[in-house]
Amino acid sequence: MSKKLLLKNDHIPNINQLAVYRQHGGYAVLENTLKNSNPENVLEEVKKSGLRGRGGAGFPTGLKWSFLARPEGVSRYLVCNADESEPGTFKDRYLMERIPHLLIEGMILSSFALGAKTSYIYIRGEYFYVARILEVAIAEAYAAGLLGKNIMGSGFDHDCYVQVGAGAYICGEETALLESLEGKRGNPRIKPPFPAVAGLYGCPTVVNNVETIAAVVPILELGGDEYAKIGIGKSTGTKLISASGHINKPGVYEIELGLPVEEFIYSEQYCGGIRGGRKLKAVVAGGSSVPILPTELILKTANGEPRLMSYESLGDGGFASGTMLGSGGFIVMDEDTSIVKNLYTFARFYHHESCGQCSPCREGTGWMEKIIHKILDGHGTMQDIDLLWDIQSKIEGKTICPLGEAAAWPVAAAIRHFRSEFESYVQNPENIKDIKHYYRLQN
Amino acid sequence: MPLVTIDDIPVEVPEGTTILEAARMIGGDIVPPAMCFHSKLKTSGGYCRTCIVKVEQGSAKDPRPMPKPVASCRTTVMDGMVVRNITSPENLEARAGVVEMLLINHPLDCPVCDQAGECHLQDLGYEHGKEATRYEFARREFEPTDIGDKIKLHMNRCILCYRCVKVADQITDGRCHGIINRGEVAEISTYIEKAIDNDFSGNVIDVCPVGALTDKTFRFKSRVWFTKPVDAHRDCTKCCGNVRLWYQGEEVLRVTARKDQWGEVEDNADGSTAWICNECRYDKKNTSDWTIEGPSKIDRHSVISANHYETSLRNIKADTLKMMGSVPHGVKVELGTGALDPNNLHK
Ligand SMILES: Cc1cc2nc3c(=O)[nH]c(=O)nc-3n(C[C@H](O)[C@H](O)[C@H](O)COP(=O)(O)O)c2cc1C
Ligand code: SF4
Ligand code: SF4
Ligand code: FES
Repeated sequence: MSKKLLLKNDHIPNINQLAVYRQHGGYAVLENTLKNSNPENVLEEVKKSGLRGRGGAGFPTGLKWSFLARPEGVSRYLVCNADESEPGTFKDRYLMERIPHLLIEGMILSSFALGAKTSYIYIRGEYFYVARILEVAIAEAYAAGLLGKNIMGSGFDHDCYVQVGAGAYICGEETALLESLEGKRGNPRIKPPFPAVAGLYGCPTVVNNVETIAAVVPILELGGDEYAKIGIGKSTGTKLISASGHINKPGVYEIELGLPVEEFIYSEQYCGGIRGGRKLKAVVAGGSSVPILPTELILKTANGEPRLMSYESLGDGGFASGTMLGSGGFIVMDEDTSIVKNLYTFARFYHHESCGQCSPCREGTGWMEKIIHKILDGHGTMQDIDLLWDIQSKIEGKTICPLGEAAAWPVAAAIRHFRSEFESYVQNPENIKDIKHYYRLQN
Repeated sequence: MPLVTIDDIPVEVPEGTTILEAARMIGGDIVPPAMCFHSKLKTSGGYCRTCIVKVEQGSAKDPRPMPKPVASCRTTVMDGMVVRNITSPENLEARAGVVEMLLINHPLDCPVCDQAGECHLQDLGYEHGKEATRYEFARREFEPTDIGDKIKLHMNRCILCYRCVKVADQITDGRCHGIINRGEVAEISTYIEKAIDNDFSGNVIDVCPVGALTDKTFRFKSRVWFTKPVDAHRDCTKCCGNVRLWYQGEEVLRVTARKDQWGEVEDNADGSTAWICNECRYDKKNTSDWTIEGPSKIDRHSVISANHYETSLRNIKADTLKMMGSVPHGVKVELGTGALDPNNLHK
């Protein structure tokens, strides 16, 4: 199961340059589409492909595009979400850094389908050097007539801009992103209205992840039906996975959806097994916000079927025994990892990144962080574990944007699957420095 | 007109009405508490989450329940919608959670806070909160600061409801008042050292649901329950001139806008909002400046009415008895309504 669509030319030297990109077939799809197709057909192909948003939620892209309001005489916008700030996720950076023109070609194609004359790539502040790569690529594209007026003689005009964010995770949430892009404080908007109706500057807007937009190129190259044959069930196509943690070969891998998790972790082609031959303890499969799963549940579902890298299989069993594919940030933890310590890192992150608009998230994230710290410090009580559980339940689903859930889920999952580890911290305060003994997997 | 059912009470409301507005049309206990929504401020609401309700049925057309609790102040009703507020224990529990969150970093300095007695957070805590907090860590602290020479900001008490920001945005010009920083350390601020200097800036005090923004000309002069509200007006070139004067004895201690039963600034007879200018608020504190209309109607079962109305003593007795659990059998006690026959108390 190794199929490469996005990274197939990744090994070619200087593929970031326009000339090299074109030598290897770059912009051929754009040329063909502008000459021989129309926006409706492009939308149809994307619908047929079954492509689902790669930013985390997995919403069908064709459907999202079809929701875009198209009132007469009102501009429409495409905005590319390159904010990528979820801990454990670094796939978009890789793609933009290596093959920036793939994203730009996807931006033009998607804009053509949506009737957007202007598009923006909103990129996180820390990726300033990637922004420069994109800007160089965009300048090349303008010089070659691939952007600007009357692209390739088709009559389609399009301008694409890069906007650098100021380093807030919350600006990855699509409506906070739009606020930030408009030059305002990056607070998520209260929905409705949704961006498809009133997005950037109040105009109909589609916000898509970098990888989603890039995938439009191979979809139009292969045709939607062919693309849909790749992958498994409703998880069509390929997915970039950024693998990190205690594995031999951390990095960004393109996988065909449906690859068994076990193969992904242990095969030489991908992660190459756990470093130092140690045992696997747990995996956070889709970026820091998705529920952590212990070895037995990440390799197999609760029904004993092999767990696959797909939206459905990872989600199998709901949160009781499953998780989510999320953004594809695959974080692997070996037998020596403290789940509580790891949770503290996540909790600190969400506390720091809450925008502060709604009370449960603003106050609750800090409270959870403090309790986890207390437990780690050896001052925790059994009631603290229950309190932690209760606080996360008071945040989940009661906030404006999903950051609340993103903060609550890791806490819930850590307690659900690793409660005994929290208890060892509580019960062995005198041994807190040497606590490894308690959380290390038993042979 | 859409028909919505809230806690089993049906009501027909105009198109575009929110659940909260529909509930207010019904009135009584089923009205969700609202801390950040303010009927006179556009785009307000949605932040505090105290007004959350459970939508059991989305509409007649699409009867599916909504997956999460919704902010009633920002959700419009659909025909056939079925909403649960106080008849859903789950919803009350969720609200108690929100109230707890609002209080964990609050200083609870009511004894020295000018807002005490007319504070929505006090009411909220009393009606929807729990007896004790489970929070044991140090509370967030900010230094009190001045916003101009007439307004004091106690950021410790702020619940980040954004109402004052909306006032600055919508009824004063050249906004320099907003929120800086993010998350838990976010705070209300004016651009460095720049006070709000504007004829209508004082209205931020009236919209603040807590004691975060208080009138420096009234600070520490009295407690609101020792003062007596009287409605009055004057010919003002800047604002409507319809105000509420707060007397202690013969002295006007404070001038505010008039507020309705929800604690939100009222409308004038012509439908405009009764915001008042700084001149009326700070500089007109003589009875001779005003044409007196009469005592204000205080609808909320608030301590403000405590010293001014005959029923108050009876109510206090009734409340006390109720709290002590010693209300005699057969005596119907309604909190704060004065429905109790004083003769029964002596039985
Ligand atoms: C707190 C938060 C952070 C997010 N960060 C990102 C991000 O960095 N990149 C991204 O593509 N989507 C992010 N999302 C999801 C976006 O809101 C949005 O769903 C996505 O960009 C849609 O694109 P897609 O349909 O192509 O996946 C985030 C969501 C939340 C709630
Ligand atoms: S959930 Fe958190 S990040 Fe999202 S709007 Fe509310 S406070 Fe802001
Ligand atoms: S100062 Fe008052 S009005 Fe302003 S946000 Fe804070 S609580 Fe709300
Ligand atoms: S009043 Fe509705 S969320 Fe605050």
